[in-house]
Amino acid sequence: MGTYSERNYLNTPTGIKSWLFTLDHKRIGLMYLFAIMTFLFVGGMIALVIRLELLNPGPDIVAADIYNRLFTLHGAIMIFLFIIPSIPAALGNILLPLMIGAKDVALPRLNLLSWYVFVAGACIAMYSIISGGVDTGWTFYTPYSSTTDSAVISMTFGAFVLGFSSIFTGINFIVTVHKLRMPGMTWFKMPLMVWGLYATAVIQILATPVLAITLVLLILERTWSIGIFDPMMGGDPVLFQHFFWFYSHPAVYIMILPGMGIISELITTFSKKKIFGYKAIAFSSLGIAFLSFMVWGHHMFTSGQSEFSSMIFSVITFLVGIPSGIKIFNWLATMYKGRITFETPMLYALIFLFTFSIGGLTGMFLGSIATDIHLHDTYFVVAHFHYVMMGGTVMAFLGGLHYWWPKIWGRMYNETHGRISAILVFVGFNMTFIPQFILGSQGMPRRYYMYVERFHTLNIVSTVGSWILAAGFFLMLYYLVISLFNGKPAGNNPWGSLGLEWSTPSPIPPENFDDDLKFEHGPYDYDKVIAEKTI
Amino acid sequence: MSHPAHLQHHFSDSEQQYESSKLGMWLFLLTEVLMFGGLFCAYAIFRAWHPEMFYHAHKMLDVTMGTINTVALITSSLTVALAIYSIQNNRQKDTVRYLTITILLAVVFLVIKYFEYAHKIHLGQLPGKFYTYGGIEEANPHLFFSMYFIMTGLHGIHVLGGIAVISWVIVRTKRGEFSSDYYTPVEMVGLFWHLVDLIWIFLFPLFYLIG
Amino acid sequence: MDTNKTLMLPGAKSTIAGDVDSLFNFILYTTGAIFILVVVVMMYFAIRYRQRSGKAEVTSGRDYNHVLEVIWTVIPSILVMVVFFWGFKVYMKMNIIPRDAIEIKVTGQKWFWTFDYDEGINIVNELVIPVDTPVKLLMSSQDVIHSFFVPSFRTKMDVLPNRYSLLWFESTEVGEYDLFCTEYCGKGHSEMIGKVRVLPKVEYEKWLVESAVEDTTTPLAELGEQLFKKKACFTCHSIDGSRLVGPSFKGIFGNPVKHNDGTTATVDENYIRESLLDPQAKVVDGFAPVMPTYQGQLTDREIDGIAAFIKTLK
Ligand code: HEA
Ligand code: HEA
Ligand code: HEC
Ligand code: CUA
Ligand SMILES: [Cu+2]
Repeated sequence: MGTYSERNYLNTPTGIKSWLFTLDHKRIGLMYLFAIMTFLFVGGMIALVIRLELLNPGPDIVAADIYNRLFTLHGAIMIFLFIIPSIPAALGNILLPLMIGAKDVALPRLNLLSWYVFVAGACIAMYSIISGGVDTGWTFYTPYSSTTDSAVISMTFGAFVLGFSSIFTGINFIVTVHKLRMPGMTWFKMPLMVWGLYATAVIQILATPVLAITLVLLILERTWSIGIFDPMMGGDPVLFQHFFWFYSHPAVYIMILPGMGIISELITTFSKKKIFGYKAIAFSSLGIAFLSFMVWGHHMFTSGQSEFSSMIFSVITFLVGIPSGIKIFNWLATMYKGRITFETPMLYALIFLFTFSIGGLTGMFLGSIATDIHLHDTYFVVAHFHYVMMGGTVMAFLGGLHYWWPKIWGRMYNETHGRISAILVFVGFNMTFIPQFILGSQGMPRRYYMYVERFHTLNIVSTVGSWILAAGFFLMLYYLVISLFNGKPAGNNPWGSLGLEWSTPSPIPPENFDDDLKFEHGPYDYDKVIAEKTI
Repeated sequence: MSHPAHLQHHFSDSEQQYESSKLGMWLFLLTEVLMFGGLFCAYAIFRAWHPEMFYHAHKMLDVTMGTINTVALITSSLTVALAIYSIQNNRQKDTVRYLTITILLAVVFLVIKYFEYAHKIHLGQLPGKFYTYGGIEEANPHLFFSMYFIMTGLHGIHVLGGIAVISWVIVRTKRGEFSSDYYTPVEMVGLFWHLVDLIWIFLFPLFYLIG
Repeated sequence: MDTNKTLMLPGAKSTIAGDVDSLFNFILYTTGAIFILVVVVMMYFAIRYRQRSGKAEVTSGRDYNHVLEVIWTVIPSILVMVVFFWGFKVYMKMNIIPRDAIEIKVTGQKWFWTFDYDEGINIVNELVIPVDTPVKLLMSSQDVIHSFFVPSFRTKMDVLPNRYSLLWFESTEVGEYDLFCTEYCGKGHSEMIGKVRVLPKVEYEKWLVESAVEDTTTPLAELGEQLFKKKACFTCHSIDGSRLVGPSFKGIFGNPVKHNDGTTATVDENYIRESLLDPQAKVVDGFAPVMPTYQGQLTDREIDGIAAFIKTLK
């Protein structure tokens, strides 16, 4: 039976002020964790209403302009407030210093600032709901967004502010990885999660400023009609799309790379095996980050951009598949001859391999220009991005959440409940989104609150699936909350992992490590360590 | 182990702390460059679409004022560099003096910008729908002024920000917080100011000179 | 359903559709095979190497295999390049417009499609074309971006406000096909749908002749009712009193209407005429000024017809 560490970052020091002004990366990460879970909940509830509306072809429970506000809100919340901060700012904040043997991130004050900027951005974005909602879709395409009378300014300004939070986190992580690695931890001894976070931070720094300036231009366009995106004034609405996707395509890898980092940790830990192809996985993260800046035009194959640019964007899009594949295959090879156990986090890792492969491989249909012409802006795209975001990032996030939960709280959740919930989520998720691939291929456009009769059956399946999915999530909410109070003490290292973070007591002490911390083995040296123990 | 007052607990020594701040600052400057980079892209695109209009519109800008401003900013970059040099040699008084000159030059810059803006506002050479000036024949001249006001405006905000942080560093230098042992904030502010200067070095020819 | 080659795609009814479908199916089968490979290997390893004893067993420290890394880099690379070239080839084919294509002007606006024929015909939400003939669409938008999508033809193109975009296709089968707007354009986006009616060549010619002459025989109110459907007024106006984007027509004729500038007017023929030709001149209180103008799209007789129709809606 494990022990519960009595003096930990949760209770030392005490008092509300000690939380509000904390510089401790663990506390900041924890506050982020609460925030993003709340937003997942809100975004998910909106999704359920969307699905309910789509149960039947006609208008049922919400009117068209409400529906438009709902999917915009769903997309914007899920992207800007949930998935982008989810792994880096919440889990990453807690784990990055622990994984490299540091006492904190390099710039703790910047870290706290990034949290408050996040809160401010979230409040501004949420303000748009009370002031009438936004009905542009999360992509804010001009000229619709510059002419609609909904609250576009507060939502885009919110996203602008959130961008700074993301930039600050990115800067912090890069500096931390460069400067605070403990003696002995060379670049290639870092856990792959750290590589994932590092590659993510690079994209955050390089892409987010462009989004910031784009959103500023959009706001100026709305307030002062500067004409840059206005076709009537010599501007070009398509220019906005280029700017937007220059950020938002790399942003999808901001979402997935840290998730891939988590999967590397989970598969090794629960296979008790050295990671296969460490360098291949690490470099493929950088490769993806690099390529991600040159493919944005694949969102615009039907926008009238030149055939030559479409060709370039298409070919580079396909190249991104290669490093992603390298990761998948190396993870599989890691399982080979392992000693695999199936606790909840590992279930999520396996689900990830399944669902992310579908999501990524369907990206091939979209990357190919001829087929994308047919599939663009249909439910095929909706299904694709839910498979990569929900089936990829969110599954990895849930895996990571369950994996590090005992470290963060010092207590275990109910394992049986965990497995049941994972299976419900898996079944419900596939049932929700597989039909959408077929719907999209058959031509059902996205952002439709009404649709023609022949799409009815598959939409029913999808909606029922979303309820199974929600049931899985509610079970999860239930047992995780219970575990906060009644969970069994977890002990330092319930999974027998070799990561540095597991060498501390759980919950983690305020100062992370003693001063005499020594680097003894790499994060994946299961062969050596187990051999030493058994002798 | 003796801890200098400025050393935060999670660093092992001053060197590490200094290196971290510096790297962080460089990364921040990189994001600034990218932010302006987006605008430079937009500028290039509109210029490519309306070369004639850009040519005629750029003649509306006052090269003399622009040149004075360029000189002011370049000089201020020099004085910041001197301020850093002084603090490295423990000459706090000189540091304060140089930083004050820097701020004065920044103020000169802003005052001249104020006159330029006022003149344009007076003539109606304004962005987008506010454009009322009649002296340019080509279509859509407001686009030039949209770009002009956005880019120089954003740059102006950076100048204001620079004045604020430099003032703060002056106060801290006067309080004796910096010496040759620890002068990271002075250096960081200096880096920032060089960037502000650098961006102007690009804006000046793009708007005032090339036609 | 006969031409359906996969479970997923709708019937292929244009010359290009077959090419797109072959590629689609190729990607479907190859990626399907890769997916099954990944899942089968995963399941096999999971079962075969599951932990059997409670004791810690030493696992292999082997962490690299050059041959494997090369294999799973090179094979997918070849595959994606094949898909890329294939996709690009079909795309180029889509883009070369035959010179003998008949040209139709398409206008997208919130939230309906207008088709203008050289013969002077102007119809809404229904594109009538001859079978086996290349058709070229010259498209532009009056307001925001829309997108013209006919699933059965596998074609799609954005319709932009500041320029013309081109699209062509050649249908291969007589019939009626769905036409969707796929670029989000606001409240009526999901109702911005229409039909493509493909006629045999002879009937198409007949249709052209019939539609080009102005209708002078249909009684006015009946003509108005037809126009109410044909010009897509119903997307924004109801006739049963329910509120859509615009006010319902039920019982408005002869009654006062309040405008957002505080004035009131009585709905009569003149008011209706103005509403159609200059809709933003007076905006009904509580509604957004989004009604498009029908200047140039309606003849005087047609306007009279609409007024007569509204009159009947007591
Ligand atoms: C986490 C987020 C995420 C991720 C990781 C991806 C990954 C990919 N995406 Fe996706 N995408 C989105 C989120 C994401 N996407 C979103 C949000 C949108 C829509 C936005 C909107 O319009 O609202 C979108 C839209 C989108 C489009 C535009 C569609 C359209 O609007 O018409 C395209 C087109 O090329 C595309 C392609 C790809 C490709 C090629 C990958 C690749 O990176 C996938 C690589 C992975 C694999 C290929 C699988 C594993 C590999 C193997 C098993 C090896 C063997 C592989 C081969 C032989 C190919 N995506
Ligand atoms: C991270 C990204 C993300 C996630 C996770 C989801 C999740 C879901 N999405 Fe969404 N979606 C988007 C991003 C995402 N979506 C985006 C970007 C768009 C495009 C918007 C646009 O067009 O502009 C979109 C659009 C979109 C549409 C298309 C709307 C349209 O085009 O008309 C649909 C329709 O079915 C849909 C459905 C769903 C469903 C059923 C889920 C379900 O998976 C949700 C399940 C979740 C829950 C039910 C929440 C339960 C949570 C709890 C109980 C709390 C948990 C707490 C703990 C575990 C402690 N989404
Ligand atoms: C895009 C939506 C839309 C379409 C399509 C549309 N209208 Fe309208 N219409 C409106 C709106 C909104 C108003 C109220 C605001 C205003 O007066 O401009 C309106 C107002 C009117 C009025 C004044 C009604 C009153 O109560 O005073 C008339 C008459 C009218 N429309 C006729 C038509 C006819 C006939 C057509 C088709 C040929 C048509 N409209 C198509 C949106 C539309
Ligand atoms: Cu028009 Cu959507
Ligand atoms: Cu993309």
